[in-house]
Amino acid sequence: MIHIKWQAFVIFLILFLFVAGLGFWAANWRKGDLSLLDEWGLGGRRFGTWVTWFLLGGDLYTAYTFIAVPALVYGVGAFGFFAVPYTIVLYPIMYIVMPRLWRVCRANSFVTPSDFVKARFDSRSMSLAVAVTGILATMPYIALQLVGIQAVLVAMGVASSGALKDLPLFIAFAILAAYTYTSGLRAPALTAVVKDVLVYLTVIVAIIAIPIKLGGFGHIFSVSQVALAAKGGSVNLPPKLYGAFATLALGSAFALLLYPHVVTGTLGAKSARTIERNSALLPLYSVALALLAILGFMAIAAGIKTSVSSEVVPLLLLKTLPQWFVGIAFAAIGIGALVPAAIMSIAASNLFSRNIYKEFFNHDATTQQEAKVAKFVSLIVKLGALLFVVVIPLKYSIYLQTLGGIWILQTGPAIIGGLWTRWLHKKALLIGWTVGMAWGTYMAYTLKFASSTYGLKIFGRTELGYAAVWAVIANIIVVIVLSAIFNAMKLSNGVDRTSPSDYLPEANPESALKTS
Amino acid sequence: MAGKVRQVYYLLFLIPFIGTLIPPFYAKVTPSLFGLPYFYWYLILWIFITGIIGGIVYFLSEAKR
Repeated sequence: MIHIKWQAFVIFLILFLFVAGLGFWAANWRKGDLSLLDEWGLGGRRFGTWVTWFLLGGDLYTAYTFIAVPALVYGVGAFGFFAVPYTIVLYPIMYIVMPRLWRVCRANSFVTPSDFVKARFDSRSMSLAVAVTGILATMPYIALQLVGIQAVLVAMGVASSGALKDLPLFIAFAILAAYTYTSGLRAPALTAVVKDVLVYLTVIVAIIAIPIKLGGFGHIFSVSQVALAAKGGSVNLPPKLYGAFATLALGSAFALLLYPHVVTGTLGAKSARTIERNSALLPLYSVALALLAILGFMAIAAGIKTSVSSEVVPLLLLKTLPQWFVGIAFAAIGIGALVPAAIMSIAASNLFSRNIYKEFFNHDATTQQEAKVAKFVSLIVKLGALLFVVVIPLKYSIYLQTLGGIWILQTGPAIIGGLWTRWLHKKALLIGWTVGMAWGTYMAYTLKFASSTYGLKIFGRTELGYAAVWAVIANIIVVIVLSAIFNAMKLSNGVDRTSPSDYLPEANPESALKTS
Repeated sequence: MAGKVRQVYYLLFLIPFIGTLIPPFYAKVTPSLFGLPYFYWYLILWIFITGIIGGIVYFLSEAKR
């Protein structure tokens, strides 16, 4: 029969309800007119350094990350640690790319990356491609956040069996949907603070208490080496995986910055300088992530045996920590799912409302109508994600998320390339995107969607690498070659609706204040 | 002109890429630190180095603004 771990569950419930209350209250925080898309969908672009830090932290380091990274380490060892170089090189790229994107979006009141692509390249089709890619890549990501909540509910014995097994998940998601609807981006910004306090608390306790209990890191790693070697993994990275490890880290870093929810989180900042400051401060989260990754080895050493990867971390915590503290840790994971799920659904809704609804169905939509549509779509998006998790087997969500990473990187040439040059031809960008999407999907297909590292035969040898990176290299080559040809043919490249000064720091009000 | 100066600082950002994206440099078990194999503490150390580099670029661009 169902055995509920009451101590953990009660603490989980209290923290969860507190955060839900906070989410609703957020509508009143730094009050703005929430019937405008800029206010609902970007928090009025007023978030300072601290709020942005928490918001992006909640956005980048999600519940799924906290569950999946240690689980991968548990399964294969060192290779799973690619998440660490990934979240290291992320920040130099963020520092260079995102403030520039923020400036041009602010100067032209863009809400989404699609808005930017449309104005920069005068191309509705490329803008639509960016919007559709963004929505497709985000949906499975939201679904996987739900898997995070589901994993801790199952571990507490609340959602294990019977006809009502998905009920707690439905309730959690209904609450999330309701407060996202009423408060917009303010809700995840505020709840992210609670999430982070809980996450850091959990990480610090886990990284000190569990190794003491298991006999120290030296012992944990030597036990892990033996256990991993038996199933083909290793505590040290084998040379045949060097290429895959490095391309996965680099490709994931670029891909992450192109995800709509990350763009939304960044555009909510009050200045470009806020984003630069955050690029220097956010690596602190990577420390937490690295320590969490090591939980995968601790799970091996603690003798956790499971074939369900999302259960690795919950089972380890239950086995090694007092139950009341596990309640706190599980709340960190549960709330860690709510924060990014809210931002993701807002970002996907912004894209739909601005770049599909207004662009193709109601060209004269007012910003109030845009906001109304976005709010409504945010509910649909979450319902879709929920059905996904409940109706379709889990592995398909993971496959789709793998595909999502490959797909979203294909918008890089238009978005990141477009920030620096307009030499790229809009038709070349569209063809390059098509090539990248098609080949990327094909590679994933040949891997049966189970892995994203593809062995590319090149110069007589096979190079293992992240499929998204191979696909985007092809994409970039096509874009450059065709741009050269189209420009030489003097094929019309439309009108750039942004101006060169939109991209420069001098246009940034905060720096203008400081120099005066 | 301020833009050009900033771009020179950005070169500092190449350092973390070189330090973390070439696994043959660090895919080793020894020397270990507090029981952590080299591979792990080396990468964790780079999180801090990258944060510091970010801070340096931030403050240098502040001074030259």
